[in-house]
Formats: sequence, structure tokens, C-alpha cells
Amino acid sequence: MTGQLVRLAETGRAPVAFRFDGQDMTGLMGDTVLTAILTGAGSLRPAEFGPERRAGFCLMGACQDCWIWAEDGSRLRACSTPLAAGMRLLSEAPQGWPA
Amino acid sequence: MTRVLVVGAGPAGIRAAERLVRAGLRPVVVDEAARAGGQIYRRPPEGFTRPPEKLYGSEAGKARALHALFDAMVAAGQVDYRPQSAVHAIRDGVAHVGAARIPHDRLILATGATDRLVPVDGWQRAGVYSLGAAQIALKAQGVAIGRQIVLAGSGPLLTLVATQLLAAGAGVAAVLDTSSLATQMRGGIGMALARPAVTARGLAMRARLGRLYHAGVRLERIAADAVHWRDGRGRAQVTECDAVALGWHLRAETQLADLAGARFAWSDTWAQWLPVADEMGRAGPGLYLAGDGLRILGADGAEVAGALAANACLNDLGIATPGARALLRRARRLHRFAAAMARAFPWPSGQLDALPDAAVLCRCEGITLGQMRDAAGLGGAEANRVKSLGRIGMGRCQGRYCQLAAAALIARHAGLAPQEVGRLRGQPPVRPVPVGALLED
Repeated sequence: MTGQLVRLAETGRAPVAFRFDGQDMTGLMGDTVLTAILTGAGSLRPAEFGPERRAGFCLMGACQDCWIWAEDGSRLRACSTPLAAGMRLLSEAPQGWPA
Repeated sequence: MTRVLVVGAGPAGIRAAERLVRAGLRPVVVDEAARAGGQIYRRPPEGFTRPPEKLYGSEAGKARALHALFDAMVAAGQVDYRPQSAVHAIRDGVAHVGAARIPHDRLILATGATDRLVPVDGWQRAGVYSLGAAQIALKAQGVAIGRQIVLAGSGPLLTLVATQLLAAGAGVAAVLDTSSLATQMRGGIGMALARPAVTARGLAMRARLGRLYHAGVRLERIAADAVHWRDGRGRAQVTECDAVALGWHLRAETQLADLAGARFAWSDTWAQWLPVADEMGRAGPGLYLAGDGLRILGADGAEVAGALAANACLNDLGIATPGARALLRRARRLHRFAAAMARAFPWPSGQLDALPDAAVLCRCEGITLGQMRDAAGLGGAEANRVKSLGRIGMGRCQGRYCQLAAAALIARHAGLAPQEVGRLRGQPPVRPVPVGALLED
């Protein structure tokens, strides 16, 4: 599917590979996790209290809308976490969590 | 040496640190971002290549100067800089930053602001952002929040973000201002008197928007692929889009000031609770506030307020500070400008009053207006009781984006003024932290 975000500038950066919900994806060096996911996907996660999906809101660490999961069960705020090569990210808690 | 802690490395925090360093102190500066600059002068990560002129437009010189000043102080070891660190609690002269503790003798809070939001039916959808978010996405990441963007709300950021997106080649479908032209004219006179050049620049920016810009609108609903709104003459309009950015001026970020013991008063001008401080920013024993977290004056005002707060701190330590009178004069002029601007682009009461019962008021937990009204019916028209019973303000943003609207709606249903509904008390942690950070040995 197409991404929610559209790249307009700074596209000459090195590619960075990661996984989101089991899919191989590619971001760019210097992307936040939010940018990397949403340039390729329409949302970050389902809402916990409603039927809609969520894709962040304030992008400045105030609203806490963009918390997602990593496959190891840790959680991260996508708007303020830099993308790193090999990240394995999830829109929902990993199977069997809590261990 | 006196231990001074500065929270926030935006324009206010940087100018405060500068004054302290000049007086021979070595403050600790804690900032949540990876690089100093704050929101309006936010810097992209290392490796990005657009020059400041591209990122900050007419304000590039100011951004450059602040960044260079702060980097030089860090390089010279004049400040103890803690980036990517968020203070989540303050108690008894100790700031809690994750598992770390920072004891201090004096505290300067330069915590800035967020967008001030008013709920619109459907604003919980993916693809709806704040205006500040649209600007951060463009500036710090080089991305647009969508292919066809509707920008809506009121205030200086609305026009600014729209022109920045257009200049960067983004698709802007409409710019919807809830303030009418007549209201803007009334406030605009005061703006032009206080800062003619800045006002003229704003008008020129507005002119560039041409027919994309609509004044005096009422937002009705955000659907999956369109915004439904009424124009100034009350006619129904639909604008197709895949992204929406909303914002009505700014909301002071005051949780830490609250925890540090500041008192608050309702401001009719800014339609929100603001900390009480003297002209220099003194808000209590050893407590100083500066920038948009104290009064919504914008970046220029924040630089002045940061210098004033540091001066106050130094004066209280018995250190003289020259040039304070000129700073105060400038602060007063910026205050007149900002107050006139707040009048030109006011809180949209009419739109809020028309919000349907099924609309989500709290984005964090999906609580509707109807559910909140039920809670107010059970516990009475008081903000903290409605929070306890109905969870408005209990979600993980801690009321940052719903509490002003919630208070206005509670007040309206109870026939009270918003300030009579009271103010949500700040509660630590003011940001989510891992449980491990809260464990004491």
C-alpha cells in the first residue's frame, strides 16, 4: 500500500533496511522510525480504544500517539526514535506477550 | 558553585544558559531533543543538507545564531548538556530524568508549548496531525504529511505551514481559518502597531495562498477522504484530502512548572491556564519560567524571556545584570503583539459548541463528548472530578490535547465560565517512563 507520508527533500541519504509486521522495508539514514514506516505504510498501529488506526499526531513527543512495539517486546515512541538498520518492529504486541 | 538547572534547549533555554555562562556559572541543560534548537528552530538529524534559509525562511539568521551559540557553549564545556533526556518529575529540588536524579538550587523552566487543539469530529483518524507536526515533518524529515493536505485552525502557524508546504512542493488542498476576516482585522491593528514588519510579512504570506485560503469557516467533520466544513456564509463545503493538520495557536507546556510549585491563573487572552510570574519570570523561590511555557509570545519573545529569567536568577544570587531595562521594554512590545494576535485568531467557541455527542474528545482513549457529559453529570462541573470519573485527561497525553476543550464544554453545559471548571493538576510522570526508572534502590 502507499505510505501516508511523502518524501519531498533530502532523498539522497543511504538506505536502511528494517522489518515492520514481518515485511521487509527500507528507510533512509536519519529517518525517525515514524518516517520510515509511514513513507511505506498507511498507519503505525490500531487504536486501543476504537476501530480506527493511528499514525502519530504531534511528532514532538507530547501526544504519545505513536508508541509501537519491537519483536523483543520492548516499546518505542516512533516520532523520536531514530531508525537503525535491522530493527524488527510491530504495530501490536508480539505473540505471547507478556512472556 | 550554585547548581542551576535549565529544562529545555529552545530559544528561551539557550538564551538563559548564555546569560548564566557569561556570569561564570555552569548550568545543567536538559532537553528532550537530540539536537538543541527547540521546535520552531528544530534541526534535522546529521547528514541532512538543506540550508537554514530553506528550513527557517526569514528566521534563518536567528536559528543559525542560536544553534551556533549553544554548540559553542557545549564544545567549550560551559554547560552540562543532557540531550534526549526528558524530566518526568520534580520534587524537593530534584529533577527526575528516567532513572537519573538532578539536584539543583535554582530551576529555569523553558518547556515551550504544543499546538492548542480543538476536537473535530473524526480527528482520531490516522492521517490527522497537528499543524506543528506538519511543520516538523517537513523541516526535520523532509516529508509531507500527505499528498493532498487540508490545513485548518487559526493562528500564525496556519499560514506559515501552508506557505512552507507549498514552497516545498507539497499538495495543499485548502487552508481553512476559523477566524473571520472582520475578527482578524480588529486584532490586526494591534499587531501592526506593535510589529509592523512582522505583520506585513504575515499578510504577504497569506496573499501567496490565494484561493486556497478561506476565513470564517466552521469545521464539521473529518471523514476518511475529505474534510466537511461550512464557509463564512454557512454553505456546506467538502474538500477531498488524505491528510489534515489542525491547530489553534499554542498551548503552554506547564506540567513541570506545576510540579515545581508555580501558581496558575486563567488567561482570557490565550484562553488557557498560565503560570503566574513577575515580569522577569520569577514564579516561586528559586523557580524561573521563560518562553512559551510561561506566555505565548513565540520564538522572539522566548529569546527575551530566557535572558530575563536568567537575569532574575542571577540577581537573586546577588549578581548584577546590565541591560535588563531594554530587555523588559522589548518583552512588553512582544507581549502587545502576541495579545493582539490572540485576539485576531481566537479560540473557536462556536465550532466547539456544535460538536456532536458521538465525537471523540480524548484521542488517547476514544472518550466521546457524550461520555464526558455523563461523567460531569455524576461528579459535577470540576475538571479533576470529570477526569477521575470519565478519564478525560487520564490518557497517555495527560490531557495536553483535550483538557482545554473539555473544560470549555463542561463549563458551557453547566452555565459556568471555563475558569470556574478548574485546572487539571499536573501529575508525575509527565511523560511515559519505563517502570524501572521509577524504582528506588
